[in-house]
Amino acid sequence: MSAIVLDEVDPKKRRILIAASAGVGAIAAASVAIPLAVSMKPSARALAAGAAVQVPLGTIEPGQMLTVEFRGAPHWILRRTPEMSAQLAKNDGLLSDPDCKSSKQPSYVKGAGRSIKEEWFVAKGVCTHLGCSPTLRKEIGAADLGADWPGGFFCPCHQSKFDLAGRVFKGMPAPLNLAIPSYTFVTDTLLMIGEDPKGA
Amino acid sequence: MKTLLKNFLAAPLLALTIAGPAMANTEEVRLDAAPINLRDQPSLQRGAKTFVNNCLNCHNAQFMRYSHLTQIGLTEDQVKKNLMFTTDKIADSMVSALDPKDAKEWFGKVPPDLTLVARVRGADWLYSYLRSYYRDDASPTGWNNLVFKNVGMPHILHELQGTQVLTKVGEKKGHGEHMEPVMKLTMDKPGTMTPVEYDAYVTDLVNYLTYMGEPARPQRTQLGVIALFFLVLAFFATLWLKNEYWKDVR
Amino acid sequence: MASIPQTPAKPQLGGLAGKALGWVDDRFPLSKLYNEHLGEYYAPKNFNFWYYFGSLALLILVMQIVTGIFLTMNYKPDAKFAFASVEYIMRDVSWGWLIRYMHSTGASMFFLVVYLHMMRGLMYGSYRKPRELLWIFGCMIYLALMAEAFFGYLLPWGQMSYWGAQVIINLFGAIPLVGEDLAIWIRGDYNIGDATLNRFFAFHVIAIPMVLLGLVAAHLVALHEVGSNNPDGIDIKKNKDPVNGTPLDGIPFHPYYTVKDLVGVVVFLGAFTSIVFFAPEMGGYFLEGPNFVPADPLVTPAHIAPVWYFTPFYAMLRAVPSMLGSQFPGVAVMGGATLILFTLPWLDRGKVRSVRYRGPIYKGFLTAFVVSFLILGYLGVVPTTVWGQLPKGVPMLGGVDTATLVSRMLTIVYFSFFILMPWYTKIDKEKPEPTRVNY
Repeated sequence: MSAIVLDEVDPKKRRILIAASAGVGAIAAASVAIPLAVSMKPSARALAAGAAVQVPLGTIEPGQMLTVEFRGAPHWILRRTPEMSAQLAKNDGLLSDPDCKSSKQPSYVKGAGRSIKEEWFVAKGVCTHLGCSPTLRKEIGAADLGADWPGGFFCPCHQSKFDLAGRVFKGMPAPLNLAIPSYTFVTDTLLMIGEDPKGA
Repeated sequence: MKTLLKNFLAAPLLALTIAGPAMANTEEVRLDAAPINLRDQPSLQRGAKTFVNNCLNCHNAQFMRYSHLTQIGLTEDQVKKNLMFTTDKIADSMVSALDPKDAKEWFGKVPPDLTLVARVRGADWLYSYLRSYYRDDASPTGWNNLVFKNVGMPHILHELQGTQVLTKVGEKKGHGEHMEPVMKLTMDKPGTMTPVEYDAYVTDLVNYLTYMGEPARPQRTQLGVIALFFLVLAFFATLWLKNEYWKDVR
Repeated sequence: MASIPQTPAKPQLGGLAGKALGWVDDRFPLSKLYNEHLGEYYAPKNFNFWYYFGSLALLILVMQIVTGIFLTMNYKPDAKFAFASVEYIMRDVSWGWLIRYMHSTGASMFFLVVYLHMMRGLMYGSYRKPRELLWIFGCMIYLALMAEAFFGYLLPWGQMSYWGAQVIINLFGAIPLVGEDLAIWIRGDYNIGDATLNRFFAFHVIAIPMVLLGLVAAHLVALHEVGSNNPDGIDIKKNKDPVNGTPLDGIPFHPYYTVKDLVGVVVFLGAFTSIVFFAPEMGGYFLEGPNFVPADPLVTPAHIAPVWYFTPFYAMLRAVPSMLGSQFPGVAVMGGATLILFTLPWLDRGKVRSVRYRGPIYKGFLTAFVVSFLILGYLGVVPTTVWGQLPKGVPMLGGVDTATLVSRMLTIVYFSFFILMPWYTKIDKEKPEPTRVNY
């Protein structure tokens, strides 16, 4: 006689017991897999390094731009002259999304200038196409960019063009306007990138 | 067969229990058990304050971030206001303002980092050590310690504890025929704290040091209970399944 | 009874699943592999407690590889950063402490399980013909495991890591003539340093794990070729069902032993979890206190001993006195103690396999062997002065450390288990084996 005798098999009971053990096994597997997966999120050190950065504004002259690193990406602080600001509204017809309906920006950033204060333009300097960092080309009618160039940002990788509020021109490879990070003015001369204004 | 099996299993356990005390007693000093409790957050907070005000002047805790102190029931603002003196970034690690070069010049060596001191020495050792300083004019600092012979660090808490001295209280028979003196610590000049207060003060500090050695510990034991409960459940589920299938085996 | 099927009906996959399986089977022997190794792999039905440890060792191997992968994501094999990166894992990485404790506990549990697994082989004669190669693959796994543990132990770059590696590497330095150069070659420097750490990391995470996986595969293939032994040590293939040709005392591994091993896994995880969550340092045996101090080439910790799983061999090493101004004899004894395991299949001249039918002499030798291994393990963690010295009056041995003397005697016991085996297994009074297993 063989060692296996199948005269007491209750298939239904076995199915239930298999399901129970499989359930227990699934929970066990998940309780190991989840901590492993979560361990790949930014660590406390990365979070600390990605904390808000303070930028003193005192030394930036009108028309000048400062680039700072925040969470490993370039962030721009451009002090716009009144002429630069005035030009922004005239660009509307050339832009693909002048009202910033689909661009990534905090709700407290308003108007054609996309800023809290018209004078200070803060943006994440990363092209929305494939992640290169555009360069500031503020000279109007630059030879290589055409006589109608109103001043803005130009991405060297795939020639996307943005205006001085980071809005992308029509027909560019980049699909969206440049992103604006959350930022706040701690004082009139101290900017903090990575933190919303109080109450926002 | 069953007994053979039992013996094989019992022997390593027995070896472990014999070996345990032998390992701990590298120094022939009886340590007092530290009455610490890692769930006692007020104690941990007091200990953190003591640590920052006294130890952190010379020692570092370079692997410990201030921001982790929110685990012991403090808000970030409380940590910033009461515990951070050398930096204003909450995520910074606890590093002393003392320049290691100066430290080497002043003390002869850089004071050791204290992040993991509780894991190296154990809570009982720290608790005994911090209460075992005595006056010793032969030592360069004027202090010695029963638990840590010829310790380099002076007794910085002596104003609180007072000054102890080592006195001979009797004799006992030592190795061979000669008599050995029995020495005991006695209080020579009381400090601003009573012995009971000072013990509690040290307990808080040791409690904090133990926490700092392994900040994950409270979470660890909590999860352990859940995991074991689950495994009991899993045991019955799988045992039932096994018994059902093994009905077939004759 | 005749109408009842004698083997479980094979699950028949219908519809799309059946077609998909057929498609795969035409291109890859999926069903064939499943049947050969699980569904139609017949294992003796009388496995007992000792037969859980093979599957548990496999579980731990997988666990060590998975947790190891996640540790390497944050560990830095650089003498400047290694220690800090371990603390970084313990504090700053989410769940890093759990992953690290699983890995450190897993290392010790691996050895515990493997020792019990080897013990099973000794007791039931699982190394005997035709399982000699199976046994040899197993011994090679054990050696690879020791190498893996040794390399991994340096990585936290604490005091015990450093000085443990120092001692072990100097063992190679004891080899006559080439030793000195060999030790420098292993270290890649005049002393243990960044180069040593970096290459140990490479061995620990790539080289040895690959060797281990290969050996484990070979071990399993060999096992499934010859079939499992059992507590009675008799060959179940001698009694086959005349109808379907399966062993009468054999049962399909799946589902019967999969569900049984599952229970074993849960019980093991209970012990494992208790250690990971409540005592990850295991009283200083799994994680040692001095290893929480960064490696310092200028200061040796007061009390230094290897991790518990190496201590029996370490005790032998210490027990052997240096001869002719060289510590090589001790090193040779220690190496010999592990290598002699390989010869076991050819030393045993007994007619039966299992300890159940062995005579009193074998049982005595086996017990003495196990006891001496355990006591040597204990003596390896304590200082040699633990039991004091023999009184001055004793001739020849007066003043010698008692523990050292005991270690020497136990080392002799350890070796005589092997060396005398051809003799005592031959003259031993064995009991007759049954023809069918006890169940």
